[in-house]
Amino acid sequence: MEKSYIVKQISIFSENRPGRLAAIAGALRDAGINILAFSIAEADGFGVVRALVDRPEDAYRTLTDLGFRVSFTDVIGVKMRDEPGGLSDIASILGDAGINIEYAYAYSGKDAAVLILRVDQVEDAVRQILARGGELLKASLSR
Amino acid sequence: MFWNREMEKIRSDELADLQLKRLKWSLAQAQKVGLYQRKLKDAGVSPDEIRTLDDVEKLPFTYKKELQAGYPFGLFAVPLKEIVRIHTTSGTTGKPTVVGYTRQDLDNWSELIARNMTMIGLSEDDVFQNAVNYGLFTGGLGFHYGAEKIGMTVIPSATGNTRRQIEMIDDFGVTAIHCTPSYALHLAEVAESMGKTLDTLQTGIFGAEPWSESMRVELERRLGVKAYDSYGLSEMYGPGVAFECPERDGLHIWHDCYLVEIIDPKTGERLAPGERGELVITPLVKSALPLVRYRTGDVTRLMDDVCACGRGQKIERITGRSDDMMVIRGINVFPSQIEHVLRALPEVGEQFIVYIDRVKHLDEMTIEVEMSRAGFSGELQDLARMQKKISGELHNTLGLRTAVKLVEPGTLPRFEGKAKRVVDRRGAI
Repeated sequence: MEKSYIVKQISIFSENRPGRLAAIAGALRDAGINILAFSIAEADGFGVVRALVDRPEDAYRTLTDLGFRVSFTDVIGVKMRDEPGGLSDIASILGDAGINIEYAYAYSGKDAAVLILRVDQVEDAVRQILARGGELLKASLSR
Repeated sequence: MFWNREMEKIRSDELADLQLKRLKWSLAQAQKVGLYQRKLKDAGVSPDEIRTLDDVEKLPFTYKKELQAGYPFGLFAVPLKEIVRIHTTSGTTGKPTVVGYTRQDLDNWSELIARNMTMIGLSEDDVFQNAVNYGLFTGGLGFHYGAEKIGMTVIPSATGNTRRQIEMIDDFGVTAIHCTPSYALHLAEVAESMGKTLDTLQTGIFGAEPWSESMRVELERRLGVKAYDSYGLSEMYGPGVAFECPERDGLHIWHDCYLVEIIDPKTGERLAPGERGELVITPLVKSALPLVRYRTGDVTRLMDDVCACGRGQKIERITGRSDDMMVIRGINVFPSQIEHVLRALPEVGEQFIVYIDRVKHLDEMTIEVEMSRAGFSGELQDLARMQKKISGELHNTLGLRTAVKLVEPGTLPRFEGKAKRVVDRRGAI
């Protein structure tokens, strides 16, 4: 049951130089894959592009075939009230439960804001959020 | 000034007698080692057939990779209890080359360093800062004990903390310094930025990496020293094998301890006098690690000029290598060593390139790595960990710090012929 809320994020290794994001985004465009949310994490000379897409398996194959290093990462998407306190609610649930957030990024969509979370105990996080009345993206919704 | 006038000015006929006697002793020593028993047998030559110095040409060469194959102690001619010190130097791949010394070896080595330092006018009146690595590298302890032998005041400052090094030169009134030429230039620069003129410093001994005459001019101007070139290799004890006298026109190699040949590195043929080729040395007094016609890989020539100082025949300053060995921060590095380390790491993909640059007079090694499929977990911190692991493994093997750059697959050049994975972008110094 928790599993159905675990979303597959694709993580793509990228050098930190001009044109790399364009190359990744262009490849997804050509394959007709839609990006729902994404972020870039940057380190010394390289970075990881993280994206939620509508067809993760296809995105993985497309990018891998082009030579990119890609891997899947389990994340969850939590719907937030798009008003003051929305983030605080969710962060408190996880904080109270002793679940650590490794990284997060968010998007504000048509009907709600969504917080994408990479946490250290993903199934536990799903249980806690549902138990406290939170709403999660379904893994299948991303397609 | 002479440390051992009798030996340093020995007449050539007396020298030849002494060399032959010592060569025979040295071969007898080598016969205690399995490798040489086999090599001489394979070459169909017995030590008794070596009756003149020219007969040495009948003997087979010894190569660095053979020393490595004997890792760790397979080439020692004496039991371990007689070995009182071990140093190591880089091998061509994986394991280092181990060199051992008996107490007599250490005495011989100090004697040679004492000759060299006395030759350039250093004495017990001098304060000597030895700013080279003091560990397994032979440069540190080698010079240290030679300098103590002649009674100099020795400061074992080793490497690093350049500002402190400069303060010591000032505060202790240092008159002579030993370091790599590139570090000397770095010292000069830092001293200038600190507004220090290093007035006490008079003598600079520079070695462990090749350096040019224009570098000499620059070092002398900026450090206010007379600069001398020092040559050696761990397999021949370490530094001290050959050294410049005050004439500074070639290096006196100590013929009573080292039998010198210059060969064509391709054919192995001995070259005519004065021709430039690979230096091959048969050490004549080494007990723990005797060597037979050892291929140094260093390119030089024997000089005809009679030296005004009265010592024996000189070799020209080393002009290059007959193999692909590089000297990085004074440390000998073979491209094959780097490849060996990287190939053993599953995170490292098919392609990598190592760049050697000189930044502010110091050598920097940067490696660009295409990561393997297995190498990417998707997590940023795993990538950082991988960078650290790669540079850590290289540091373990080479003793050098490396900057690791992770690059995307397919971005490094592919090679059709022989891959050139190590690119040295430094100019000559």
